[in-house]
Amino acid sequence: MWKFTIRRILIMIPQIILLSVLIFALAKMMPGDALSGMVDPNVDPERLEEIRDKLGWNDPWHVQYADWVGGLVQGDLGQSFRFKMPVTELVGERIVNTFWLSIATLFFTYLIAIPLGITSGRYNDTWLDQSITSYTYIGFATPLFIFALVMLWVFGFMLGWFPTSGSVSPGLQPGTFEYVMSKITHLILPAISMALITTVSTVQYLRSEIIDTKQKDFILTARAKGASETRVYNRHILRNSLLPIAAFLGFEITGLIGGTVFIETIFGYPGMGLLFFESIQLRDYSVVTAVVLLFGIASILGALLSDIILSLVDPRIRIK
Amino acid sequence: MENKNEIEQVEKSPSGFSIIWREIVRDKLALVSLIFLILITVFVYGVSIILDQDEIVTVDLFSIHEPPGEEFWLGTDYGGRDIFGQLIIGTRNSLSIGILVTLMTGIIGVVFGLVSGYFGGHIDNIMMRILDFFLILPFLMIVIVFVAIVPKYSIWTFSLIMTAFLWMGIARLIRSKALQEKELDYVQASKTLGSSNFKIMFTQVLPNITSLIIVTMTLNLAANIGLESGLSFLGFGFPESTPSLGTLLSYARNPQTLEYRWWIWVPASVLILLLMLSIRNVGEALKRATDARQRRG
Repeated sequence: MWKFTIRRILIMIPQIILLSVLIFALAKMMPGDALSGMVDPNVDPERLEEIRDKLGWNDPWHVQYADWVGGLVQGDLGQSFRFKMPVTELVGERIVNTFWLSIATLFFTYLIAIPLGITSGRYNDTWLDQSITSYTYIGFATPLFIFALVMLWVFGFMLGWFPTSGSVSPGLQPGTFEYVMSKITHLILPAISMALITTVSTVQYLRSEIIDTKQKDFILTARAKGASETRVYNRHILRNSLLPIAAFLGFEITGLIGGTVFIETIFGYPGMGLLFFESIQLRDYSVVTAVVLLFGIASILGALLSDIILSLVDPRIRIK
Repeated sequence: MENKNEIEQVEKSPSGFSIIWREIVRDKLALVSLIFLILITVFVYGVSIILDQDEIVTVDLFSIHEPPGEEFWLGTDYGGRDIFGQLIIGTRNSLSIGILVTLMTGIIGVVFGLVSGYFGGHIDNIMMRILDFFLILPFLMIVIVFVAIVPKYSIWTFSLIMTAFLWMGIARLIRSKALQEKELDYVQASKTLGSSNFKIMFTQVLPNITSLIIVTMTLNLAANIGLESGLSFLGFGFPESTPSLGTLLSYARNPQTLEYRWWIWVPASVLILLLMLSIRNVGEALKRATDARQRRG
């Protein structure tokens, strides 16, 4: 077990290095630099060259890369010329919102997936199962952003049940009850919209796991011992089918990353996805680089998490 | 269009074709989907020969945000451009780029997967690490960054960028199939006879996995149309001068349009959904046809 985990973590190191090189290369390919946005145009170009020299922007690329990584390790992600503040601070504000959005989405994802998957697997080939299967089939084919637009249109604008943008109503004091409630109401619609689409793969997986487990010999033994139907399902089948679902958690995290860009843009929710979208439109490249790097690392960690859970659940994977 | 190609390819062996045909006829949903796809493809490609794209995307300030009526069947957008015309051109563009990206990712994925699976060992190991790296990249963001910084941006560069980050799924599938296939007797026999690796891979193993490739590419086509429209929705896909279905949806990023001008974005959403669902339906029927245990017909 430990051997596998350590080996898996070692694989991660070259991945992170490659990712940082790729993002560094992208950052260098981006037109202009922080100075061209920050400095008064009347400044003498020679003077600008001097500043560039002093900041090390004319050094060979490997020196620049080393400087950049050195800054990253110390938590220095550069300056945002648009927001006129350090990127680290900016990201720090936004990442909290995205964190809560992700937690809420995961919560709804499993809240929907587990009962639907169980019902569908237990009563397979009944009308109930068929309607759940049709939902997952359509959910698979529906692009997230179209579904989110429709949800916003219906529940945000037409029915007016939920706020249509932002993460909290203006003018509320942090820490008060109203503030927390307002945060929650702003979260619900985006989170449910994302969960209803991302949950379908988990529902399908759980369904086929349960149908598989149902036919195993140990279930026959349990029935033969006289265990009640409820006990067979809750104790014997569910326990065996839920474990692989746990491994999905890591993949869900990777999936959330792409989803947040759409969801936060559509619902105007000020998190990392919206920050990325705004920054790339304003060509605020130091922010773009930072967000892509952080999301890249998050998805590497997500993959790591799934592999580790999977190896805990299924010892056969631990070979090699 | 994709489907027509598939059927033509399979025609060489009549039994395979009749199996697929029987499967599709049995599955009424797939049959309806196939007919819908053929009709809409013929319609959009046919009509867009007559329609002039430049004329449709020309701004007309006298008819901004017209609701659906007699002059404009589906109303106009903020530039006074006819939605119905944009819908036809958009469907054509979405289909074209979907097919283009699917074909390009298919070619790269099949070659990569075949080489990796067939040779195995160190080559396989190195190639799989490369693939793993591409898989963990945050696809959407990397593509958006590339689109934003590429100089001389065009539809071709857009499809190349999409292809560069989408070939991994099919490559992995083909690799695992090639790993199984190379252990079979016919490959060993061919090796004994002295055939080159290249010949075995592309003239002997490849034909044996065509059905898998066709099924995967059909399902990928649906996904790629969705991805393209998603990118265009965010404003990092097709430019307004060559609208795709996603471009029409991107107008709904404006809350006013989303709330009051449904005619701009609802038809495009419905069309994307129908296209993706029907391609999937056909793909699922093809999948069943390739696996004797799942066949209905």
